[in-house]
Formats: sequence, C-alpha cells, structure tokens
Amino acid sequence: MTATASSAGSGSRGPSPSLRHRRSSGSILADRAATVVLWGTGIFVLLLLGAIILHFAVAAWGVVSPSFVLNDPSDSALGGIMPVLWNSLYMLALTMLIAIPVGLLGGIYMSEYAGDNPITSAIRFAEEAISSVPSIVVGLFGLILFVDNFHMGFTALGGALALTLFNLPLMTRLSEQALRAVPQDERSASLALGATKWQTIRHVVVPLAIPGLVTGVILTAGRVFGEAAVLLFTSGIGTPAHYDFANLDLTNPASPWSPFRPATTLSVYIWKLQSEGLGAFKNQIIDGSAAILISMVLIFNLGARLVGRLLTRRLTAA
Amino acid sequence: MAQLTSANRMAGLRAAPSFAERIDLPQRVVFLAAASMIGIVILLLGFITWQGLQLFLKDGVPVTQVLSTTWQPDSTSPDVTFGLLPFIAGTVFVTAVALLISTPLSVGLALFLSEVAPRWARAIVQPALEIFVGIPSVVWGWLGITILVPFLSDTFHHDFVLSLPVVGEVFRAPGFLTGFSWLAGSLVLSIMVLPTITSVSFDAFRAIPQELRTGSLALGTTRWQTIRHILIPAALPGVLTAVVLGMTRAAGEALAVQMVIGNSPMMPQAISQPVTTLTSQITLDMGNTVFGEPWQDALWTMSLVLLIISITSVVLVRVINKRRMAS
Repeated sequence: MTATASSAGSGSRGPSPSLRHRRSSGSILADRAATVVLWGTGIFVLLLLGAIILHFAVAAWGVVSPSFVLNDPSDSALGGIMPVLWNSLYMLALTMLIAIPVGLLGGIYMSEYAGDNPITSAIRFAEEAISSVPSIVVGLFGLILFVDNFHMGFTALGGALALTLFNLPLMTRLSEQALRAVPQDERSASLALGATKWQTIRHVVVPLAIPGLVTGVILTAGRVFGEAAVLLFTSGIGTPAHYDFANLDLTNPASPWSPFRPATTLSVYIWKLQSEGLGAFKNQIIDGSAAILISMVLIFNLGARLVGRLLTRRLTAA
Repeated sequence: MAQLTSANRMAGLRAAPSFAERIDLPQRVVFLAAASMIGIVILLLGFITWQGLQLFLKDGVPVTQVLSTTWQPDSTSPDVTFGLLPFIAGTVFVTAVALLISTPLSVGLALFLSEVAPRWARAIVQPALEIFVGIPSVVWGWLGITILVPFLSDTFHHDFVLSLPVVGEVFRAPGFLTGFSWLAGSLVLSIMVLPTITSVSFDAFRAIPQELRTGSLALGTTRWQTIRHILIPAALPGVLTAVVLGMTRAAGEALAVQMVIGNSPMMPQAISQPVTTLTSQITLDMGNTVFGEPWQDALWTMSLVLLIISITSVVLVRVINKRRMAS
C-alpha cells in the first residue's frame, strides 16, 4: 500500500534522485544477466531430460523388441526380461491392492474427520517421518519383520508390504489433497438433505474427488514401479529362469501367480546385473531394461495427466 | 454433523441415536487406516533401534571403536574393528557437495518457474521435472556408470586439466583412475535431489504475497533487485526447508550412489577419490553376511544412524516452519 502511494506521489515530480540512482545501468545489466541465467536453468533441465531420453532411445535401439520383452533370460544369447517384467507388474498390482484402500481411507480421515488435536499431529508427524526414512532402511525393516520374524523368506508379499508402508504416506497425502479440493458447499448441501456424514463422503465427496484420486494413484504407481532398494532384502535378488503361467496354484512357490515366492523386479534386476553380471550381453540388457523403465515412467506421468483431465471434464460436464 | 443429529433429536424426529450411529463404524475404520502410520513408525523405530544396538549390547563393541576410522569387519582377520566414521563422513561429505551443486541450480530453477518463465515455458519445464522425479535410482546409477564416470575419468586425466593450478592438484591425487569417486556420487545425487529442492522452493516463492513484488517494483527496482532483496529473504525459511528435504533424500539414496562411488571404506580426503557411504555399504554387505554375526550387526548400526539422520531432519523442518509461522 505504502509502496503504491509513494510511487504515485513521486510520479508528478519524476522519480527522486535516489530511485533514479538505484536503477543505474549497472543494475539493469545485472538484471539482464540474471534473466539469462534463470532462463538457462530451465533450458538446462530440458536439455538434460532430452539427452537422457535420446540416450536410451539410441542405446535400446536393436535391443528392445517383442522377443526381448517376451523371452526368458538366457546365458548365451541376448535373451529377454519377461520374468522380471512380469514380477514388476505383479508387485505393482499387489502393492496397489493394499495401498489404495488403506491410503484412501486414511486420506478420508485426514480430510473429513481429523480435528486439531494431538492425535492428528502425531499422524502428520508419522506421515513425514516415513516419507523421510531412506528406502534401504525400509527394506531392512521389511527384512527383519517379514523375512526374519514372520519366517516368510524372500517373498513377493513381503516386498509388496514393505512397498506399501513406504508409499502409504504419499498415497494418504495425495488422497487427502484430492478430497480437500472438493468444495465445502457440496458437503453442506448433502448434509442439509438429511444424508449422514458417511453417506455424504461415499456418495458426494469421494465421487467428486475421483480425478484427483486417480492422479494420486498413478503417481504412486510410478514410484512403486521403479523402486529397488526396498525390494533387495524383501522380495529377493535371484534371477527367475522360467515361469509356467499354467500353474495357477497360489500356494505353490513355483507358480508365477503366487505371492509366496521370491520376485526379482526389473529395477532390482538392473542393479543385480550391473553389480555381479559378467554376461556378454550385460550392457545391452541393462540399456534395454532401463529404456523400458523410463518408458513406463513417461507413460505413468502422461497417463496421470491425461486421465485426470479426461475425468475432470466428464464429471464437471455432467 | 453432531449439531444436525442433536437438532433432529430435539425436534423429536428421532428418540435416540441408532446403534450404527453410536458405533460410527466408518469413522473408526478411516481412523485406523490413518493411525496405522503411527504404528508403522513405532515398529520401525523399535526394530531398527533394537537391531542397531546389538553391536554394543550383544557383541560388546565399545562406542569409541565405532567412532574410529578403521573398518575391518571380517571375523577371520586378527584385528576386527568396526569403525563407522568413514561411512558417516562419506555420507556427510558426498551429500554436502551434492547440495552445494544442486541448491543454486534448484533455487534458480524455482525462481525461473515462479518469477521469470512465461506460462508456456512453465508448462514444459514443470512436467519435465515430474519425469525427473519418476526416473528410478538404478537408472540414474546406470547413467552414472556408462556416461558420467568415463567422462570424469577422461576429462580429469587430460593434460590440460592436470596442468591447472588447484584443480590439477585434486585430480593428481591417488585413486582417481576409473572415475568412480566422491565427485561422481555427488554429481549423480545433485541431479536426483534437484526436483525436490526446486518444487519446495517454488512453493515458497509462490506463497509470497504479490504486493511485495509490486511494491518493490513500484519503487523502481529491477526484477533481479526484487528477487535478491525481497523475494529470497522472504522465502528463506521455505528454501531452507527445501534444502533439508533434499539433504534427507541425498543421504538416504542407496543404489545410484553405490553404483558410482567406488565403495572404498576410507576417510574422504580428495573429491577425486573413491569413498563410500552408509547406504552403499549396507547395500553391498547385507546380502553377504549372516544374521546375528557382528559384521551384520554393524550394518544395522549404520541403518540406525541413517534413521537418526532422517528423523532429525523431519524435526528440523518442523522447527524451521514453526519459526516461519511465528515471524
């Protein structure tokens, strides 16, 4: 306020000498230089991302093919990554199966019920604490809890549970944000019509928040898909040889559908290959796998945007 | 809601709350889902602390030994020593250099997005940053191995670089043969924490009231003077929070760092030397040790140190933000 007043006051007489002095040619030059530097940071990030994508496009050329995606790993030839890719998708599905309901319900509590009390701040603190714990420590926690204490061994289920608790804060926070974005009027209108609080949440608030919720789910999924440190000591780092998809016995560790078996994912496979792999095709396999990981990241990101936008349009038009 | 039901009751619409209303099952279920995170934190702290203390309790290793610089965990060697200082120092130094590189870049990028970029540029750069966040750490590590490490090795063995006054000294230090080094680890980390620091600083700049900008510009300052003298001081707590969060992420990052750092358990002396970090050593050794042996107990102690670092930073962020609320 005072700023506008003083500039208006000095306007009739022209800028005061001290102000004119401040905008010297030196300061204008500094301003130009700063603008160039700041633009430079933006351009740097874009160039870097472009270079990374281009690098993997070139490196994966001639490696990634339908047979690379669909074949089993091989010692003598390039082989494929089908079992580890399957494990990545399997672990993603298993993790999201647990994380989506728990995260959504937790988000509902934080957005609709949580009062300003010590329990709420304790939950917030826990949320921040888990997000800040290194993923390798979360993996160790999974190791001691699921592998050692529950005697589960290295299993897909143990890995998925460790991934769930690592990503629960993110899923909860994104759900909370999506639910909070629903206008208060919608809740008041529903309550005024005689609906109970829970009916309001179920039939009004959650449906209206769906675009945000879906975006949250896809963003969480992207993080789950690439995670490796959590899984090294929970779902194992052995290379699966061959999966028999006809084996539907969920309790049989030989079945690829079973959660009670070790499951090396694509990210873990990359780490394992680079650290101990000696095969002639090691570099090609890693380049191809990394290219597939990056493509999935791009798909998850674009998907989150696209689906969120489409759902918003459909729901707001209706 | 409570008011509504009591109003109903007063109007005689309903004699007493129904059973379902009294129990309010949905509220209990959603509360449990949210409160489960408190349980997770307690379990995590409990288990890691208990395991981390075994080195002292069960194996009888004195605390002073843990603070020494010699790492000789192999039980077959004559003088077994569990000095964790090289790992702690490695984590601190690698993280510090990563932040030194990343903070100016990230804050600059946040300023670009918030103050300089036209709408179309922001619409390109922000999604690009989200993709950076999504790139898995093994991919960063692999890029480090295949591009960064050979580049560093070639560049810093170049005669011209070696002839430079200070820089040449650094890269003539023994150990910098392959490029796997403290510098490589810090560079990889600096890119990995860039989106974290940028997005949190960006929020801090956005939160500054528009009046501060217009007021400053109306006094005849340039945009850069406004940024330097008004916006950066005003956003400082937020930027500090961003740096702490970036630090947490850098100190806890495991696989990408392990892949490029050289994994040499020695005290960091030159930025060109291979060193190691807490996370790297856990990643490498955990699978090769037996549960309950002192070597593995030392790894659990390392994870306890990591946990302490991350919980401290959460508290630190809270303190910074409380100050901001107060001022």
